[in-house]
Amino acid sequence: MSTATETHTPVPVRTPVLLRRPKKTTGFWSWFTTVDHKKIGILYACTALIFFVVGGLEALLIRLQLAQPNGNVLTASQYNQLFTMHGTTMVFLLGMPLSVAFANYLVPLMIGARDVAFPRLNAFGYFGFVLGGMFLYSSFLLGGAPNGGWFGYTPLTSTPISLGALPGRGPDFWTIGLIIVGIASTTGAINIIVTALNMRAPGMTLMRIPVFVWMMLVTAFLTLFALPIITVALIMVFFDRNFGTAFFLPTKGGDPLLYQHLFWLFGHPEVYILILPGMGVVSEVLPVFSRKPLFGYPVVVFSGIAIGFLGWGVWAHHMFTTGLGPVAISAFSLSTMLIAIPTGVKIFNWLATVYKGAVRLTTAMYFALGFIAMFTIGGLSGVSLAIVPADTQQHDSYFVVAHFHYVLFGGLVFGLFSGFYYWYPKVFGRMLNERLGKLNFWTMLVGFNLTFFPMHLLGIYGMPRRTYRYPSGFGWDTLNMIATIGGFLIAVSVLIFIVNAIVSRRRGAIAGPDPWDGRTIEWSIPSPPPEYNFVEIPEIQARDDYWHYKYTEDDDGMLVPLPSGGADNVHNAAVTRLAAAPTHPIHMPSPSFYPLLVAVALPILGYAAVFHSKWYAFVLLPIGALTLAFGVYAWAVEPATADEETH
Amino acid sequence: MATIEQAPPPSPPVPPGPPEPAGHPPAGTGTSNTKLAIWLFLSSDCLFFGAFISAYLLYRSRHQTGPTPKDVYSIPFTSVSSFVLLMSSLTMVLALAAIQRGDLRRLRIWLLATALLGSVFIGGQIFEFTEFARKGLSLDTNLFSSTFFVLTGFHGAHVTIGIIWLISLWGLATQGRLRQGDAEKVEVAGLYWHFVDVVWIVIFTVVYLIPAPK
Amino acid sequence: MTNHNTPRGRWWLVLAGLATLALAACSPNNGQNSVSPHGTNAKKIDNLILPIWGIAIVIGLIVIGGVVFVAVRYRHRPGNERPKQIRGNIPIEIAWTMVPAVILAVIAIPTVSLIFQTDATPSNPVNITVIGKQWWWQFEYPASNGQKPVQVADELHIPAGRNVDLTLKACDLSLPYGFNNGPGCNVIHSFWVPELAGKRDVVPGRDNHLTLHSDTTGTFQGQCAQYCGLSHANMRFRVIVQSPADYDAWLASQRQGPAVTLANAGDAGTLFSKTFACTNCHISENSSVSTYGPNLTHLASRSTFAGGYYALTRPQLIKWILNAPSLIPMQSKDCRKGPPGTPGATCVGMPSFTTNTPQGMPVMTEQQAGTLADYLLSLK
Repeated sequence: MSTATETHTPVPVRTPVLLRRPKKTTGFWSWFTTVDHKKIGILYACTALIFFVVGGLEALLIRLQLAQPNGNVLTASQYNQLFTMHGTTMVFLLGMPLSVAFANYLVPLMIGARDVAFPRLNAFGYFGFVLGGMFLYSSFLLGGAPNGGWFGYTPLTSTPISLGALPGRGPDFWTIGLIIVGIASTTGAINIIVTALNMRAPGMTLMRIPVFVWMMLVTAFLTLFALPIITVALIMVFFDRNFGTAFFLPTKGGDPLLYQHLFWLFGHPEVYILILPGMGVVSEVLPVFSRKPLFGYPVVVFSGIAIGFLGWGVWAHHMFTTGLGPVAISAFSLSTMLIAIPTGVKIFNWLATVYKGAVRLTTAMYFALGFIAMFTIGGLSGVSLAIVPADTQQHDSYFVVAHFHYVLFGGLVFGLFSGFYYWYPKVFGRMLNERLGKLNFWTMLVGFNLTFFPMHLLGIYGMPRRTYRYPSGFGWDTLNMIATIGGFLIAVSVLIFIVNAIVSRRRGAIAGPDPWDGRTIEWSIPSPPPEYNFVEIPEIQARDDYWHYKYTEDDDGMLVPLPSGGADNVHNAAVTRLAAAPTHPIHMPSPSFYPLLVAVALPILGYAAVFHSKWYAFVLLPIGALTLAFGVYAWAVEPATADEETH
Repeated sequence: MATIEQAPPPSPPVPPGPPEPAGHPPAGTGTSNTKLAIWLFLSSDCLFFGAFISAYLLYRSRHQTGPTPKDVYSIPFTSVSSFVLLMSSLTMVLALAAIQRGDLRRLRIWLLATALLGSVFIGGQIFEFTEFARKGLSLDTNLFSSTFFVLTGFHGAHVTIGIIWLISLWGLATQGRLRQGDAEKVEVAGLYWHFVDVVWIVIFTVVYLIPAPK
Repeated sequence: MTNHNTPRGRWWLVLAGLATLALAACSPNNGQNSVSPHGTNAKKIDNLILPIWGIAIVIGLIVIGGVVFVAVRYRHRPGNERPKQIRGNIPIEIAWTMVPAVILAVIAIPTVSLIFQTDATPSNPVNITVIGKQWWWQFEYPASNGQKPVQVADELHIPAGRNVDLTLKACDLSLPYGFNNGPGCNVIHSFWVPELAGKRDVVPGRDNHLTLHSDTTGTFQGQCAQYCGLSHANMRFRVIVQSPADYDAWLASQRQGPAVTLANAGDAGTLFSKTFACTNCHISENSSVSTYGPNLTHLASRSTFAGGYYALTRPQLIKWILNAPSLIPMQSKDCRKGPPGTPGATCVGMPSFTTNTPQGMPVMTEQQAGTLADYLLSLK
């Protein structure tokens, strides 16, 4: 059923209202109480982009430090905090939430729904993410940022602070902060799965939903199953540091490698959590700008699912050098090679989609094509890392840094930038400037390759990762300098994008509902979409449903445009109906304070945990617990959609 | 036990729209959003406990100092408290059946009974923990104790949340704010409660009954 | 080496040549270059991966070329507005699933074979124990023929032409203090000498093994490859491959007592053992004992010190003795509360003797540092 309500029966007895229910759906303060999936999507995207800039600045400082041998821009301690926070930020505060931003905005629009399944849970997921991120960053002011690496290997991170393997409280903030962000991501994943499975418009069968929705569905399942595992590992690290346990401390029988198993059992699916959304975006963009349907839709979908499954069987390829024994290592080497097959299949299908198309080289298309090229390089270097003997040379060297940046930057970031240029007109009703867009693309492509290609060579020539300085005379100087220059070119490119996004918001050309001649149903409604998305829930007849409103094929399979505006054209009538003003009131979920309130409780409890030995923890703990209890209770008794008279 | 079928809840108010064409049945799983969500959450929680149980299995025989499982476990005592928790699943089923029939008086009784049985279990766990502490087994004694306390502690926290949930539902029911149409609210709480129960059965079997290898 | 005479061997060589060409442009001669192998294992790895990189480069060029080709050739222009609507093609899908599978299967065979080869226990090996510490390496040559073991820091000597079986440990159980609420365990490190072999992690609580074998003599650079805290970047070392005769002579000299005993060292002896209590962490009179800091009994026989980061010269050594944390960042601020193991002394590394001096110690003068340096440089 395609309604946006969470609970169906309005509570008959008047709830004692402690906080008057917010009514406004516009204006500054409405952003704190909104439950509209589109506004939450925009919030996710803006916040993730802010973290992108922060993580990028950290990367620039790292590159400045490494531009020359024996650099002294940063101290060792600062460098270690920065590379830890750079990785943590880009994975947990950029990659995951930016994908969720796209999913939030687009999944309901693409499947013909008015909102996500749980609008308030959606708002909670956002606030949990942003407050979790701020909690992590507050560590810079409260005793030192995390400095054990984004992977946080034990016993380096799990050694109690008093023994001093690592200085500062960083790992305490890191464990608790990631648990908070993880809780938020889990609720987001549940929301996306329920929405994609349950909220589809009539006729939107699973083999008709856009590939982007499929990839987000797989991503959400991976998130759902991967996060509890790292949560357990993080809890154990926190207990080891603070409560005298020895889960990962070998002198009392603990095994540091258990942590690595748990971390990578999360961490490898996490890689696919990050890359599958990019693959989804590209699978939408390429057909539109090639004027051809996606080549091999079922194959692309099933290879995405296959990647999702195989992603659980390759975690130990991060541990080839830990001494697992040749049999286990051979098995993981083979499973890692296996996962290259569905990935390769996707690349070939994308190429075949463009092949013999009518290719419009828009900025979105540039980024999508750039994605294929860059991701291929990352995939090939990944296969070479599956060759275990070679991995024993390249592991933890700059070769690996190059590899995963080709996958995550060349893959995810190029994919999501393609998505920005493609869907910005839908979100804001105005086009992004194409000339600035092309400049954005070329500076990014050149800057990206300047930064990361030399790193392959640096790794091969023996430079290890995570080193705050390197001696001169090792032949690494020039390559590092090139990488630093490239890094600043990327910064320029991102700056161009930000300027473009801000200026086009006001001055961009008016987009209209369907500026790209799109295929999926989000292009059948106005830009920006009204709060209720669809005046009438569409009936879906085919995959790429909206395309069939506009085109058909002749006997040779050649494209034939349908006459537009014809009174006999049933689809045109349908489009007009969908984009019309509503003739009847449409009840949408009402704004609510409580998601924010519940989310606020999490960092309060987090500070209580980190500072559990200080007196103020005993102030923070009850405040957090009461906030949480009150928020959850009020949320539970508050109806999703307010009755008119409660206002 | 965990999946008592019920009559479908009253349909949500459908905004006026085109009638669904015969060829297009509504897309969806046929499970309500809330129920699907709780199933997904519980599947995620399975991995949470799975990871802790794996750690326990890996570590339980690696203790170097302090008491061992054999020294502290009192199987008869834990069997009784496990039985109590198991019975609470039965009362939970009765509570759900009551609300589905519209028998709100029995609903209140069974909800309270479930919460009470859960509290007895938690009381038993608190007693067991203090007893272990008296025998010299605390969180940081050895790997067995660390994995044991963290695993059963997080399970106890789940049960406690369940008790609060049940008491809240009972409170709503006594105020007359939980009626036959709200059966799904009880069902969802029930799914959670049964899950916590099933996890305990696994923990009881794996942690208490199967002896650690030498 | 691959067989040069078969057609497969020739293709293998072409691909390897392609990769070599790509890498050779600025391949440095730095002693730490994985594509300039000297050890047997490093050579085997090189022979395996170069042709695979060649294949990868070919595939990469084809795909990227394909991207550029389809984008340019089929761009939207008059006469190209109505493309044929193709939704898929099963035989093609099967083909491009199978071709990569076959390529990967071909690659997998030598990969698995080499995994087992490099993991095999070497025959008739020289046994050496490597212990990773924050942030330096200790090499322990075991006792033999009634002679005591030898402890060396930063520079690993091995004989050419022999299999060397390294036992890699992160726990030095002879020390009462460590990071694990108990005796001397450290964090994870990774032992990597790119020109001799692939890396192997050094994990507390387990003994990993790595085989080194080099037929050529020479000095090779190594570095810790697993992030191990503050000064991970400075945790370097060198492997010196010597002819068996030179190696035996070196080991014999290391087994001897100190060139100068503390009692005979005059002022330096008092400074070293009393005034600045260097003996809390170092030993300079017995090369067989492990301590918190590097064993200094034969310090002057080395050419580098301080985690192998600095050349061992008198001015450098004086700077180091005065204020070591200014040369290599260390968590030694708390060392002033007392030596490692003292409650509250979270002390990793060497304290400064000019600022924040350890409790109850005077500020060290340059002259005192000079005296100490002269003493240390006499420990051949």
